[in-house]
Amino acid sequence: MENDTKKKLESLGNKVAKEIKERGNPSIDIPIRSLKNTIYDTESNQLKLGDKVSKRSFLNISHAKSFMQTLLVASATKDLVKGGHHTSLRDLYYMLKRTLPNSSENTFDTQSESDPCIVDLEVTLNVLRENLNLNADIRGRVVGKVEVVDRGDSVDWSKLGSGGWAIPSNVEGIEIKKAKAKYILVIEKNAAFERLHEDKFWKDNDCILITTQGQAARGTRRMIQRLSKEFNLPVYIFTDADSYGWYIYSVIKYGSISLAHVSDRLSTSNARFLGLTLSDIEEFDLKKFTIKAEEVDLKRAQEMLNYSWFKSPEWQNELKLMLKHKYKAELEALSGKGLQFITKKYLPKKIKNKEFLP
Amino acid sequence: MVKNDAEDLAKKMREVSVAEFFEKNRHLLGYENLTKSLLTIIKELVDNSLDAANEAEITPTIKISIKQIKDNRFKIISEDNGPGMVEDKISYAFGKLLYGSKFHRLRQSRGTQGIGVSGAIMYSQLTTGKATKIISSTGKNKIHEIEMMIDVEKNEPKIISHNEKDNEKGWHGIKIIMEAEGRYTEGKQSILEYVRQTAVANPYAKIIFDNPNSKIVFEKVTNEVPVQPKEIKPHPYGIEIGIFRRMINKSNSRNIISLLTTDFSRVGRNSAIEICRISKIDHKRKPNTLTHDEIDRLHEGMKKVKLISPATDVLSPLGENLIKEGLKKEVKGEFFVSVTRPTAVYRGNPFLVEVGIAYGGDLKQEGSAQLIRLANKVPILYHQGDCATLESIIETDWRRYGFSQSSGSMPQGPLLFLIHFASVWVPYTSEGKQAIANYPDIVKEMKLGLQEAGRKLAIYVRQKNKLKEKMIRKQIFERYIPEIVDSINDLTGIDKKKLKEDLEFITKKNTKLEEEKENGK
Repeated sequence: MENDTKKKLESLGNKVAKEIKERGNPSIDIPIRSLKNTIYDTESNQLKLGDKVSKRSFLNISHAKSFMQTLLVASATKDLVKGGHHTSLRDLYYMLKRTLPNSSENTFDTQSESDPCIVDLEVTLNVLRENLNLNADIRGRVVGKVEVVDRGDSVDWSKLGSGGWAIPSNVEGIEIKKAKAKYILVIEKNAAFERLHEDKFWKDNDCILITTQGQAARGTRRMIQRLSKEFNLPVYIFTDADSYGWYIYSVIKYGSISLAHVSDRLSTSNARFLGLTLSDIEEFDLKKFTIKAEEVDLKRAQEMLNYSWFKSPEWQNELKLMLKHKYKAELEALSGKGLQFITKKYLPKKIKNKEFLP
Repeated sequence: MVKNDAEDLAKKMREVSVAEFFEKNRHLLGYENLTKSLLTIIKELVDNSLDAANEAEITPTIKISIKQIKDNRFKIISEDNGPGMVEDKISYAFGKLLYGSKFHRLRQSRGTQGIGVSGAIMYSQLTTGKATKIISSTGKNKIHEIEMMIDVEKNEPKIISHNEKDNEKGWHGIKIIMEAEGRYTEGKQSILEYVRQTAVANPYAKIIFDNPNSKIVFEKVTNEVPVQPKEIKPHPYGIEIGIFRRMINKSNSRNIISLLTTDFSRVGRNSAIEICRISKIDHKRKPNTLTHDEIDRLHEGMKKVKLISPATDVLSPLGENLIKEGLKKEVKGEFFVSVTRPTAVYRGNPFLVEVGIAYGGDLKQEGSAQLIRLANKVPILYHQGDCATLESIIETDWRRYGFSQSSGSMPQGPLLFLIHFASVWVPYTSEGKQAIANYPDIVKEMKLGLQEAGRKLAIYVRQKNKLKEKMIRKQIFERYIPEIVDSINDLTGIDKKKLKEDLEFITKKNTKLEEEKENGK
């Protein structure tokens, strides 16, 4: 694998070098990562990258800098792979940031310039960030009756106290030995995760609890997929009742627009949405705990109405309800009905009756 | 209207003493406070000298000296090399308020502002009690030194002393020495700014300005003197009621037809009969028998008859060359453009607009453009916000010419505008005579001038931006080459020197191609 990644990086260098030698306009072809070049594949239930490509060339004044930046990142990751070192996105940014001679211009001004170059390379060379030896953010924790081996250490997720186990950014090398559970419950919010953990919900109900702590990181998405696939477990997702929460669900299930090229490895197409829905608000009488939806929430909902993977009648209904009522609700709103309402009433009822959205 | 004010003032003067009149009307005459009073004195002296030199077709040299004697008290000396004045005219020209005929003639001239040098003498006398000394010669006769005051009861000059001196060197001109109360400041609406702008408007004049803080010489940069304006008879469309009344009262014409055809321009016998018919007045009447109401009717009727526009060759523009020379003198800009519009007519008065723009160089890169306003070659400094010049600049779309501009504002950038309004009659908006009225015909002409200048400027600015962009382009490619060479070398192991050579070749070839593309089309 290491050799393969290194070769791919070198071949990119050779392609550009050849164009330089021929004294043409050296360029890199990069698949476009945007909604327009994202295809919803109904067969696999995954978002896939289309075949539109943009040419990033040296002699185009508006490309020249990103052309240089992409090559800088390629060369730096080749060194990482060659030396067997791992580093974070932020480290890489600092490794490459410097002022160009005789000018006040920097190679990179912010990390937001170097991060996209990494994804560009992933897509162009069809390699994974993990194979470029770059670690993504660590975000996401898990608890449940599961035993894994990580870098030679055996870890039992049921014996880690109140904090649970932090999911590393790269879960490829982890071996999952055992998993005793009926389903996986993925929770957007940390606070709700803590509530359920404290109430021993996973013990009483035989499930694995995972919190994504916001939008799910790559490691967490990969871990959900692996657990579900390797142990044939259903996945239920539990987020705020707003457009952002629902989008977190869709990213876990179908993949994301910006990482459509790795949907294969990150998406879990059998995931189901448990809540919160706007319909829940009426059903469980939560209206007094709602919050006014902001302009951005409504704009996002409007956009999502047009996404082909949100075209099911159930989701169209939810999005339209939000645009109509102009309110949203957080997971914590359930605590308004009593601290243990969520563990004793809401979740058992939903799971028992299989009240899920597709 | 201002013209009526002048008439009314003259009438009032017969009723009250000159001193009282002056005190009551200070604000109309430019003497409302210490700072402005000193400015008005200097303006009257300088305008007078420039007009005199122009009429005699002499390239003027003017010396102005302002020295502080004590708090709020200044000694002012002005000297010019004009034609001078014969001795028996001197005392009346300077010692009687509203003596000059400038109010009643239609000719482009500077001195329709304020009440002339006699007003300055009056102010000097009222604030210091001292006489004014006037020294003059026509060059051919002796040098006359007259010390005089104004008899405020009779509105007549009072000679204190009169000496004659030999004039061996043939000096000609006028020198005036007076004391007055005032305050000297330097800033946006100051004497210094007035003198500076006067130098811009009159690049053929040498002006030596010796002020309390420094001595500044504005050299002349050209010998080219603008053509003389011509005097014209009033056109029926533009005549103000007050002046019309006075013309009729003073007329000795046999009948109205004769008055209209001889004292007005563009009125023939048929038009005159038509005017009388519309006004329902017998055209055989003797003008000085007309009643107040009948004069009003006739004044209205004149405007209803179709007449040829007034003659347009009567004005004296600065000319495109002088505008540029004037601007260059004051501003170290990198590009200058000027436009002289053809003569147009508003309300029967011929007028023309000239526009100059200085760009770049020492002018401030940031912030709003600056504006020099000239009315008949005289800078106007106050009430810019009410002026047709500013309105015209704001209403012009400068973004079209490559400048940023938010709506209702001046454009941004290193720009200095000059707008010159020349006319036989300048329509001021207010008593202060500091803002040109925004008649649609005037604003239209100003905008046309600004647009023409803007187009010429835009060509230069675009060319300049293109050059700059080309420079930056080249720099960018060259700046990135070492980074790209290192990266490719790291990825492939290919020799750095070879990579660098090839990339430099590619960059050069590209720059050349771009240039060819540009020149080819």
